[in-house]
Amino acid sequence: MPLLEIKNLHVEVEGKKILNGLTLTIKKGQVAAIMGPNGSGKSTLAYVLAGKANYHVTEGDVLLDGASILEMKPDERAAKGVFLAFQYPVEVPGVATMTFLRTALNAQRKTRGEGELSTPEFMKLVRDTSAHLGVNQEMLRRPVNVGFSGGEKKRNEILQMAILRPRLAVLDETDSGLDIDALQIVAEGVNRLRSPERSMIVITHYQRLLNFIVPDVVHVLAKGRVVKTGGKELALELEAKGYAQYVDEAA
Amino acid sequence: MNVELRPVKTPAELALSASYADARARLPGKGAVAELREDAFRRFETRGLPHRRVEQWKYTDLRALLRDSYPLAALPDAAARAHAKNAGQVLTGVDRRRLVFVDGAFAPELSDLTEEEGLTIGSLADALAKADPLVMAHVGKVFATEDVGVALNTALMGDGAVIRIAAGVTPQRPIHLIFAAGSETPSSAFVRSLIVIEKGAKAAIIESHDGGDSQVNSALELVVGDDTQVDYVKITQGRALHIASLLATVGARAKFNSFAFTGDAALVRNQNFIRFAGENTKAAIRGVSLLRGRDHVDNTLLIEHAAPHCESREQFRSVLDGESHAVFQGKIVVQPHAQKTDAKMLTRALLLSDNAEADNKPELEIFADDVVCGHGATAGALDPGLKFYLMSRGISEKESEALLIEAFIDETIEEIAHEGIRDALKFAALKWLGSRG
Repeated sequence: MPLLEIKNLHVEVEGKKILNGLTLTIKKGQVAAIMGPNGSGKSTLAYVLAGKANYHVTEGDVLLDGASILEMKPDERAAKGVFLAFQYPVEVPGVATMTFLRTALNAQRKTRGEGELSTPEFMKLVRDTSAHLGVNQEMLRRPVNVGFSGGEKKRNEILQMAILRPRLAVLDETDSGLDIDALQIVAEGVNRLRSPERSMIVITHYQRLLNFIVPDVVHVLAKGRVVKTGGKELALELEAKGYAQYVDEAA
Repeated sequence: MNVELRPVKTPAELALSASYADARARLPGKGAVAELREDAFRRFETRGLPHRRVEQWKYTDLRALLRDSYPLAALPDAAARAHAKNAGQVLTGVDRRRLVFVDGAFAPELSDLTEEEGLTIGSLADALAKADPLVMAHVGKVFATEDVGVALNTALMGDGAVIRIAAGVTPQRPIHLIFAAGSETPSSAFVRSLIVIEKGAKAAIIESHDGGDSQVNSALELVVGDDTQVDYVKITQGRALHIASLLATVGARAKFNSFAFTGDAALVRNQNFIRFAGENTKAAIRGVSLLRGRDHVDNTLLIEHAAPHCESREQFRSVLDGESHAVFQGKIVVQPHAQKTDAKMLTRALLLSDNAEADNKPELEIFADDVVCGHGATAGALDPGLKFYLMSRGISEKESEALLIEAFIDETIEEIAHEGIRDALKFAALKWLGSRG
């Protein structure tokens, strides 16, 4: 059974139709890139999977392990293994990053009927994970994302992903706003998490990210549905020719 | 023709007049004190209870809220004293000097009167009765105001603390004034305290009120000397109708911090009259109010910068649930010669319910031309974007809300210098959050 099946998904946001019969299957352990022009529905797809309010599914379904997740709240989806790395991670004043990580991890473990991690176990996990991502103790003490640079915010997203160990990670334009060095650190962090037990949806506008995170499959999104699917070479073709042909086809 | 129209007196106004007429002969203090009382009482008689057309009381219409005035509390009996033993629990775990007042009367046997050099502690009733010079020098004079809440307190003041901290002295422990309700029958108490902190002294003063169905009118006259460091924390909890006035004058080069924590309190009006009378003082006036049900909490400030080069920070936050009502009125007055004043006021209300109401009224009155003054006010619900972010990480809706509310509260509580008090108030806030349905 595939990990994720999106079937004929139609989604409206504030009365505007964004997704228009999107169908997509993600296999276990697969890294799928989703590319597409601005306004094609990439971020909407990410939010719908994570369960953001005000994204109304008017038709179709999203199945995780064969069961629909559309009625689930965001926290329930997270406990089932869905993780969204935000394009614009929000600042959470007054909540220390460490407290946040710990509350999130223990909440998920509790929902899954696993025991909470002890303080030393948790500290070790964070220490081991954060070192690779260049996240220092000072950042962990600070309130979540407050005063973080763009690169630090994205690294913090990947740190959360590494700690929460999701089965389905959705990376929404993780490359946006990153310089090449920051991009490399983030991509390495993501690659380290590649595993047969973990699938990823890598959403990006540009091919550049896919040089670092090499996808198993590339889907092209236009006007709210998948218009072409191919191997990693499809990304290079898009880079050369642009999205124009797909936008016209979908119209 | 200039005729002042006085509406028909309310039952509460009539009851207050009767209380005064009945008690005036036995209230402590003769001569100048009796005159002070008469004078204040006349102010009340002329104006009546403040109501919504009195600007400073616009959102706390005392005439409407005070349906009846309870009789003055009798001296506490053994049962009342026993009842009051557990008051001030919120600070259990903080090493402090407890001074206990039951239904407004000083209870020395419940208080810690261990002697300490440079620290004088007494009861106001005693001090008024014997015309104690310290009290005679300051009572009614620390911050002159026409406010009727203060006038009623002056007319009917029964007991309270008189504390003097001598020049250069730092008391070993924070001093905690505990005002407890002991009586089972509804009663009213008019408590008045005077604290004089002399030049170079350092002190932490806590005042806490927790009471049942009673009416409390409390006033604290606070004289903060030059070069002092003073941290004043007021904690108000309970179901009483509570009116409190802080009347303070702060000297030069002082560090003055005040913090008002109000949680689960039915009806509270905290009015702060604070004057910066000496140069180069730094002050922070802060507060957190946690409201639910039909709670009403009003924090009103009149901050007067009367000397140059002072810095003041006013920061108040409230969290409102149910049909509660929070009021913040902050007025900063900068006198003509108070150049280089630096004052910033910020008030934020977090509304957890559609039926809660927050009124924020900042005001600046600036008569000097070389100052930096600013104010800001916000009122709003929890940010849905933040909530989604937390929930997307697996944190439940309820826990996400609690985390965000706690963060909102803690950002202000965090500023309290004393670690023990800070932790105790964080814990009190957590308890409030935990009992949220």
